[in-house]
Amino acid sequence: MTSSQFSELHTPTMTQTANIPLWKREGAEPFLKIENVTKKFGDFTAVDNISLDIYKNELFCLLGGSGSGKSTLLRIMAGFESATSGRIIIDGMDMAGIQPWNRPVNMMFQSYALFPHLNVADNVAFGLRREGVARSEVNKRVEKMLDMVQLGALGKRKPNQLSGGQRQRVALARSLIKRPKLLLLDEPLGALDKKLREETQFELINIQEELGVTFVVVTHDQEEAMTLATRIGVMNNGVIVQTAEPHVVYEYPNSRFVAEFVGSVNLFEGIIVEDLPDSVRIRSTEAGAELHVNHGISCAPNQVVHMAIRPEKIKISRQKPEQNVNCLHGVIEDIAYMGSLSVFKVRLASGKDVRITQPNFVRDMGARFTWHDSVYLSWDMDSSVVLTS
Amino acid sequence: MKRRSIFLNTTAMLGFIFLYAPIISLIVYSFNKSKLVTVWGGWSLKWYTELFNNEQIMDAALVSFNIALISASLAVVLGTMAGFVLSRMGRFRGKMILSGWITAPLIMPEVITGLSLLLLFVAMENMFGWPAGRGTGTIIIAHTTFCMAYVAVIVQSRLASMDETLEEAAMDLGAKPSSLFFLITLPLIAPALISGWLLSFTLSLDDLVIASFVSGPGNSTLPMVIFSKVRLGVTPEVNALATIMIAIVAVGVLAAMYQMRRQTKLSSGQE
Repeated sequence: MTSSQFSELHTPTMTQTANIPLWKREGAEPFLKIENVTKKFGDFTAVDNISLDIYKNELFCLLGGSGSGKSTLLRIMAGFESATSGRIIIDGMDMAGIQPWNRPVNMMFQSYALFPHLNVADNVAFGLRREGVARSEVNKRVEKMLDMVQLGALGKRKPNQLSGGQRQRVALARSLIKRPKLLLLDEPLGALDKKLREETQFELINIQEELGVTFVVVTHDQEEAMTLATRIGVMNNGVIVQTAEPHVVYEYPNSRFVAEFVGSVNLFEGIIVEDLPDSVRIRSTEAGAELHVNHGISCAPNQVVHMAIRPEKIKISRQKPEQNVNCLHGVIEDIAYMGSLSVFKVRLASGKDVRITQPNFVRDMGARFTWHDSVYLSWDMDSSVVLTS
Repeated sequence: MKRRSIFLNTTAMLGFIFLYAPIISLIVYSFNKSKLVTVWGGWSLKWYTELFNNEQIMDAALVSFNIALISASLAVVLGTMAGFVLSRMGRFRGKMILSGWITAPLIMPEVITGLSLLLLFVAMENMFGWPAGRGTGTIIIAHTTFCMAYVAVIVQSRLASMDETLEEAAMDLGAKPSSLFFLITLPLIAPALISGWLLSFTLSLDDLVIASFVSGPGNSTLPMVIFSKVRLGVTPEVNALATIMIAIVAVGVLAAMYQMRRQTKLSSGQE
């Protein structure tokens, strides 16, 4: 079963045709087509034969660590780098040989790259003036754009007189003023502190929906990708490992890399003992128990697989739960109180450490357990997934 | 605040005395009434009037200022082009030769530069009759040659420290390379250009050796005139002249520093 099939099954809200997103509709024309793009710097392959379709009005996130090739791919789309091979097609137009200043694409830079010698209004107006738009029209549009990003009163300020959040909004306004078909954002929230980041995330989504521009966001921050994106492309070593909606990437990672990169996860190595169409039984010496997962996989018997379970999906209890499968026994090694939740590290008899997070439903939830307590860990069949790669 | 030690204070004092004592004594003696340079005879502005009445010196000063103005301006244009190419064009054929050629005038002894330029001018005159004879024109060419090396180095280092994404952002917003250069790059490296111009101006004003090689009759620069006068004995007029030159240079340097500080303040938020 592929991940896209899972997403069909687990998206109950998307029942009406009108609500079916473009990327799931049969024969929908992609807005941005990346075809077999490869970029080599000498012997190093930064982007390795990537093909990707992005649809109109999407907010697509390229998620990956540093050196995964995500920024290079973005720079190829903007025209700052040329692909060694492959094609980029935006709205039916092949971008080969088209210079950055002629592309229907704008970019918001990680450092914001505001021109320090121009004031806010001139920064925002820069793109329009290069197009030769009439002065009155420029003023009108700049004013409107500054109002939209709530900087109407700060047009005369220089960039160094602004706070980080204000600079971020100037950069956004400047990149949107030319009404680009495609907006590329390089770590748009990376330079903001946590609180501001959360506010700005939702602002960004609102603006994107209001203007109907297609966004491609590059980020290393999985939380940012989760909240922003309609779909996420997880990148590693120049390859897109998985492309899916945020909840699919989280709940149905297609590989150990994705499972570990997006959120935290407990992995148990084991071998398949029974492979039925709708369930799998795995024998895992690491877990010290038989593990059941209620979805099928296509693999050979006795194949070595990994079962992945997220820390928040594990129940922790003193009494032995009634279920016999998916039930492990261990000793609490460590407890971390984090305010909204508590994190437990439980060591199994095999020496394997399991991470469990529990929301603190009541005050002093953490005090119910203490170090070296003997505890049972259990989860439902539909909480975990099997990974073959 | 921590009290500074006596050792540090003394060192600072000695440094200041070493640097400024000759300049201050020169300024003070320029107001000396006495005809003897080393004997104090009370305050007077007499040597300044004498100076302004000395046609030879005034002509030489005019020649020098002309040469300095023109060659500093030419050096800024050429040096900026060279510095821009070296830092922005990436790797290209002949880059090593170009960068070597740029730095050569900085390390070459002035005598060699002057001599080689003289030989070049003579050879060129013999081959195609230009430059006809030597004079202000050849001095300007010579000064431009070695000043542009300084400008190129300054511009190159300024460009290297400049955030390249600013240029990418401008391109992304529709600026073609030519308008990108004039609208973004040039304003951002302007402080480097100003300090490069001022440096070139003072270098040109100061130069004696190269000018001596490439000048012709009747085109003596100020340093050449002073040098020939000093050989016959120092007059207080030269003190007055030197004081005026110090004042001009000081104003220039202060202006450049003010400009630089304003610019760094402007862009500090970005970098």
